[in-house]
Amino acid sequence: MSDHIPNSAIQNNQRDTLASVDAAAVEVRGLDKHFETASGIVNALEGITLTVAADEFVSLIGPSGCGKSTLMRLIADLDTPSAGELTVFGKTATQARLDQDYGIAFQQAGLLPWRTVAANVALPLELHGVASAARRTRVADLLHMVGLTEFADRYPDQLSGGMQQRVAIARSLAEQPRLLLMDEPFGALDEMTREKMQTDLVRIAADTGAAVVFVTHSIPEAVFLSDRVVVMSPRPGQISDIVPMRLGAAAGREDRTDDLREDGAFFEMVTEVREALHGGAADQLGLEARSARGVDSR
Amino acid sequence: MSRASMSTSTAANSIVTSGGGTGTSRKQAWSPRTESTLRIVAPIALGLIVLGVWQLLVTVGGVSDYLLPSPTSIVGELVEFWPSVVSATMLTGTNALLGLLVGSLIGIVFAAIAARWRIADQMSAPIVAALAVVPIVALAPVLNSMFGADSQFGRQAIAAIASFVPIFINTLRGFRQTQPVHRDLMKAYAANSGQMLRSLTLPTARPFILTGIRIASSLAVISALVAEYFGGPRGGLGSLIATSAASSAYARAWAYVGASIALGLLFYLATLALERLVLRRVPTGGSR
Repeated sequence: MSDHIPNSAIQNNQRDTLASVDAAAVEVRGLDKHFETASGIVNALEGITLTVAADEFVSLIGPSGCGKSTLMRLIADLDTPSAGELTVFGKTATQARLDQDYGIAFQQAGLLPWRTVAANVALPLELHGVASAARRTRVADLLHMVGLTEFADRYPDQLSGGMQQRVAIARSLAEQPRLLLMDEPFGALDEMTREKMQTDLVRIAADTGAAVVFVTHSIPEAVFLSDRVVVMSPRPGQISDIVPMRLGAAAGREDRTDDLREDGAFFEMVTEVREALHGGAADQLGLEARSARGVDSR
Repeated sequence: MSRASMSTSTAANSIVTSGGGTGTSRKQAWSPRTESTLRIVAPIALGLIVLGVWQLLVTVGGVSDYLLPSPTSIVGELVEFWPSVVSATMLTGTNALLGLLVGSLIGIVFAAIAARWRIADQMSAPIVAALAVVPIVALAPVLNSMFGADSQFGRQAIAAIASFVPIFINTLRGFRQTQPVHRDLMKAYAANSGQMLRSLTLPTARPFILTGIRIASSLAVISALVAEYFGGPRGGLGSLIATSAASSAYARAWAYVGASIALGLLFYLATLALERLVLRRVPTGGSR
């Protein structure tokens, strides 16, 4: 909370990317995270090892309590790991946060209610000392990108949930981050809005070439968006499988249109992730889960 | 006050509507314009009626003018001593305003410190509790003699102490209202504590601070006025009420009481207007 970083330092480091151009966006090795609660120690994450390449779209999927949000918060340096190594673009997570190497969006839009849409998008630019003229141009571009130009002067409470979430996404992209961290950003939206936002996100990710770590509990969403889907299982939170998406002709991000949702390859991948998810869960929970599920699809 | 009268008139409307049945659509509801006129006119009418009954009691009813001066004699005194009423109101008003400003400033700064460092909160809690129960009557004579018989400082200090407590408590509460998602966001942006305060904590606390100031505004006037009863320089509303009453000039005492009420109302309305002005654009949840 008490990070006294002069703005100039942030700006000097902000685009100091040459040294770490080859580094993976996220590199996680043997990561553990324990929480101390009143009823004892909870193992939220255990032995997580994962690499996210620069410009790769990776989804984290799993049942509630599998630690997928915790993992994202560790990458964002909003929490600190109990053990293990974690680097973001070859730096420590803290340094990456201080250098503003990532943009972030949460399940709640988290807009400041006393700021207009435009002022909300401008917030990170303002905090990092971007000049007001440059700020205005950038905000206009971002609002155009998410299709909210005519809502620039509205306040968050005048927008629908989907529109608020689009503002939050515009805000996360404000500083052209090379890494986007998204924690179920479409979780609270209706199915129609959700599909539209997914299509938009794929396009935006293709345009910016950023790496994305996307937390979700929707299998079709993970398949539609990702290059790889990381399947996690709970108690303790572990990676049970990593499924690369083989979507044939639609493998490139710019080829992922709504047609993909009705493609055979899409359904095959949905099935594969689903089996990984259920199989993984059954392995972890042992007989208890098997008997509860009866005859599983496997 | 206005809300109460509004709900009363709404209730009256619904009675008319439900009792009217068919064919009374003409009487169904007052137009918004009539209603807003009524909201102003009704309390004034009530006030005039009360004044009229009061006047009648004294002139016709035989209540002694010595015990209860009539409204006309009070107005007469008000007119006769107008320059003194104005200067007394200015004096007491200035004391209250200075006290309110200083009390607000100290209250907000201390709340910020207590919100930032838990230890400061724990240290200050008993002091604030003690300040909250400090009786003005106990402090006034002490401060008056401390700072000399011709100083207004003691009264201003008392107004400041009285203002400090509600502002501190409300502001501290407001500082604790920031949402986790907003705090995460500011941390993700590597915002320093100054930016955090300016961009998140203060705007979140703003409605609470303004409510604190509104509550404190009445307290500041009351304490500045009451403090004048316990020595110190003459000339304020409090000391003039005391001297008028002591010399049996009850109508004049009532005139100064009227001015005190007007001063208190002025402070309250000014802070209410400030609150409305600043919060005009902050969503109230659902109503916009």
